[in-house]
Amino acid sequence: MRSRLAPLWPPIVVGVIIVSLWEGVVRAFDIKEFLLPKPTSIMAAVGDQWVPLRTAGWQTGRTAVAGLLIGVVTGALLALVISRFGWLRGSVTPLAVALNATPIIALAPIFNAWFGITDFRSNTAVVIVVVFFPVFINTGKGLDEVEPNQIELMRSLAASDTTVLRMVRIPNALPFFLTSLRLAAPLSVIAAIVAEYFGGPQNRLGPFITQNASFSRYANAWAAIVVASAIGLALFALSALVEKVSMPWKQGDPSRA
Amino acid sequence: MGEPAIVASGVTKTFNHGTDNAVTALTDIDLSVEPGEFVSLIGPSGCGKSTMLRIFGDLISPTAGSVEVFGKSAAQARLDRDYGMAFQKAGLFDWRRVRANIELPLELAGWSKDKRARRSSEMLSLVKLPDFGNHYPWQLSGGMQQRVAIARALSFEPKLLLMDEPFGALDEMTREHMQLELLRIYRQLGTTVVFVTHSIPEAAFLSDRVVVLSPRPGRIHSIIGVDLGRRDENTRESEGFFRKTTQIREALRSVEAMP
Ligand SMILES: Nc1ncnc2c1ncn2[C@@H]1O[C@H](COP(=O)(O)OP(=O)(O)O)[C@@H](O)[C@H]1O
Ligand SMILES: [Mg+2]
Repeated sequence: MRSRLAPLWPPIVVGVIIVSLWEGVVRAFDIKEFLLPKPTSIMAAVGDQWVPLRTAGWQTGRTAVAGLLIGVVTGALLALVISRFGWLRGSVTPLAVALNATPIIALAPIFNAWFGITDFRSNTAVVIVVVFFPVFINTGKGLDEVEPNQIELMRSLAASDTTVLRMVRIPNALPFFLTSLRLAAPLSVIAAIVAEYFGGPQNRLGPFITQNASFSRYANAWAAIVVASAIGLALFALSALVEKVSMPWKQGDPSRA
Repeated sequence: MGEPAIVASGVTKTFNHGTDNAVTALTDIDLSVEPGEFVSLIGPSGCGKSTMLRIFGDLISPTAGSVEVFGKSAAQARLDRDYGMAFQKAGLFDWRRVRANIELPLELAGWSKDKRARRSSEMLSLVKLPDFGNHYPWQLSGGMQQRVAIARALSFEPKLLLMDEPFGALDEMTREHMQLELLRIYRQLGTTVVFVTHSIPEAAFLSDRVVVLSPRPGRIHSIIGVDLGRRDENTRESEGFFRKTTQIREALRSVEAMP
């Protein structure tokens, strides 16, 4: 157990040092709160604002998780369909790669028009779209990038395309899929909050940050960022855990840590 | 000896046939392999050795000509699971333990779990890895991985073993060791082997016959019979072995020198 948790210590130590320095510098140079509040002020604001923050965090977290799940499932399923029906690959995959390179978050105001400016679905839609592309592209890559000899071996054993998909392509794609999940998890929180800046219901972290900032209550805004970070970190940790338990063959493999 | 293991007649392969970048890899190959025979294909790289092996195994089809395997079409032989294959890359599946890799062909053939376990244990001892069944491939050295790949190729006792430079990535000592192991297993199971290599001593050491291919386009230059009796470590230092490697080397030189 000690060795498993050992890698956690260095970042924690460095984190504590940075936060202490931050506190010290702000105090020493008497930096104004609206520029950079002290960590102690931010933590005080978290306590002070706990009731609205808890509600906002819960709502934003729900949007992020719902969008994450829908985006991940549709991304992975569409990648499967495209891999199974190869003729789709030439048209759909380049299009997805191109769309992935566009700033999808810019769609937020448009989704507001589609679903209504106060509707939570416009925020969820942004998260879905943001999550979808990396999952779709990475999973598709994993399904396609199988060693040609392995496919030849399967064919020499008279395996059907469906059998090859089930026994070779899907397990081969699993690490790619799980990596994309680990990337998409924190992305979903970012997408949810940015989407909330543009509209949707008001009792969310996004509006909480913009409103407090506009009233110069910067410690409160920072408190909401702390909550958002905690949600992002939790989702990241969860997906990293899923990654570990679903690939037992990678345990201890030094080349793919 | 009964019907031949392979009869190839007039086999020609042109990749991208009818386009600007058409490549003729093989022309007019006639070759017959007897059951139980060990035949090597040797020739400069790009002369069509792998292409020939893939045509025998029905992984690609010839542009012209025909291949019969045990009196059937190559396609039928493949569907009947007559082929075991091994390549230069061991190509083990990362997510399967060694034992499960060896059992893969048995799973595809619908063997029961018990039968599979019994056979994979036998194969593990055959390739001298009895204690590695529960390891994952990455825990094995290159030579050990290649032995697992051979165990996988042979687990279901295919009638015909097709091997494409299976020892090409191994160091010289491991390679010589693996050659002896392969011959031992081959004798024990009595399969037929078609073996692609570009190593002259390897071809001479393993084969009953060595097929020398010439490039651009690939054709059979000559077929050299190797009658060295039962091979062992001393074979490599024998007079007869030296004469055969010289003969193969000279054939390859005349092939390389051709315009
Ligand atoms: N799928 C393919 N498409 C086009 N050309 C190919 C293909 N496979 C092999 N070739 C060509 O056919 C020739 C023979 O290749 P190959 O059989 O791999 O040679 P070898 O195994 O003897 O090195 C080479 O010129 C190679 O470029
Ligand atoms: Mg080759």
